[in-house]
Amino acid sequence: MAATKDVYAHHISQQFNLELEEVKNHLLEMGGQVESQLSSSIQALVAADSELAQTVCLNDQQINNLEIDIDEECARILARRQPAASDLRLILGISKIITDLERIGDESKRIATRAIKLAENGQAPKGYVEVRHISETVRQMVNQSLDAFARLDVALALKVAKTDAQVDMEYATAIRELITYMMEDPRSIGRVMDIIWSLRSLERIGDHARNIAEHVIYLVQGKDVRHVSYDQMEAQVHDG
Amino acid sequence: MTQSIIDETPLGTRAVKTHAINLAALNRAPSAKTPHEEQIALQTRDLNLFYGEKQALNSIELDIPKKRVTAFIGPSGCGKSTLLRCFNRMNDLVDDCRIKGRILLEQQDIHDRSVEVAELRRRVGMVFQKPNPFPKSIYENVAYGLRIHGVKKKRLLDETVEWALKGAALWDEVKDRLDDNALGLSGGQQQRLVIARTIAVEPEVLLLDEPASALDPISTLKIEELIYELKSKYTIVIVTHNMQQAARVSDYTAFLYMGELIEFGDTDTLFTNPQKTATEDYITGRYG
Repeated sequence: MAATKDVYAHHISQQFNLELEEVKNHLLEMGGQVESQLSSSIQALVAADSELAQTVCLNDQQINNLEIDIDEECARILARRQPAASDLRLILGISKIITDLERIGDESKRIATRAIKLAENGQAPKGYVEVRHISETVRQMVNQSLDAFARLDVALALKVAKTDAQVDMEYATAIRELITYMMEDPRSIGRVMDIIWSLRSLERIGDHARNIAEHVIYLVQGKDVRHVSYDQMEAQVHDG
Repeated sequence: MTQSIIDETPLGTRAVKTHAINLAALNRAPSAKTPHEEQIALQTRDLNLFYGEKQALNSIELDIPKKRVTAFIGPSGCGKSTLLRCFNRMNDLVDDCRIKGRILLEQQDIHDRSVEVAELRRRVGMVFQKPNPFPKSIYENVAYGLRIHGVKKKRLLDETVEWALKGAALWDEVKDRLDDNALGLSGGQQQRLVIARTIAVEPEVLLLDEPASALDPISTLKIEELIYELKSKYTIVIVTHNMQQAARVSDYTAFLYMGELIEFGDTDTLFTNPQKTATEDYITGRYG
């Protein structure tokens, strides 16, 4: 992934330039690891790969540690540098983005846990097509939200936010179908429920990717676009 | 220091009687509400200032809100102290200084022939970077301004001195030694004494030119606390090199650069999301 644009360089203090560069790179490293966890957990689920799933569960601790480390880094920069304007928004934005990344990590671990259970009890009869489709969309959203951060790209952030609505719709449709299937064949309930929880995790990951996009818009434009509809968000972004 | 003490003005009635003629000349009209919901105390209209051939201020258009703290920030030599000194005509004392444009106090042009400069400087008080108490007692420092405005009665002087020293958060530290020489006070105390001296004559505006830059961190914070309390009564304009101070203390901030007003806005917005790149560069330390 490309390093962030040079907008945050050129301080008179070279030391400050370095500190900002480092914290941004640490965030992107964390993002890379979270993307890897997400891909692996999906793969483990659809391929019934217990070993891969175990690895995902073990690696989650690393993600948690990164969140703690980067938060400490942000606190140090706030204390030492008293940043203002875009620098301040960058630090605040990073502090929020890593929270969403850590949650994505947690959801990936949950998917992996269910993958282990499904591998032991036999695969679910239905739901894998939906899992593959939604997971591909959500994986792209996470990737694009991190890309939007790296390139300070508001248009890309907006695209991620828009995609979340699509994910929510597909999730609702998939749930309805799976509920119908469970009513037809009650013996499948246990295993199909694991798929439903996994779809739920994916839908939550989509929400977190949207949150990351909102934080990117804040740190680039200084506009807080949380808790509004996509249309309102778009209007705020394009409003001067 | 409680709010009620600041609001009492022992000098109130006396001031009107003594200065009736001058007040009439200045003709204070009530301020209209502005679109920004703030009343305006001071205004500049197309203000240009020259030191000889050199132009130090360039077409400044500024509205200073009443009973708020406005900070002027900018790099050295940008004109912030020059602009500050315009508001009480201190630049009159500088040889070769010419002003074009208008400066208004409560909608009245301060360069109008009918304006008496001494009275203007009572209404628009000034505190400088280096504390400059008179080489007199603490009491006499505060009483001096009152005496030259005609206050003679000891009881009124005593009350006003106490009121002013309380208003400047200095009373408790000096009440038992009012006859001591002011030069024996610490830097922070001297600066608060100067503020007491300034508010004793009931100004409307306080101009503070880097009031804390010669002081230690604790005295600085005490001055900042004082500014926060004083703004309920006075319009305050502060020039400061310390951006964190401007961010802490002011409601509005003006960023000046090479004699021009680049940006003016409410402090919170200016420090989190400034409009101009030049402002952003300065406050994030990219300037240079």
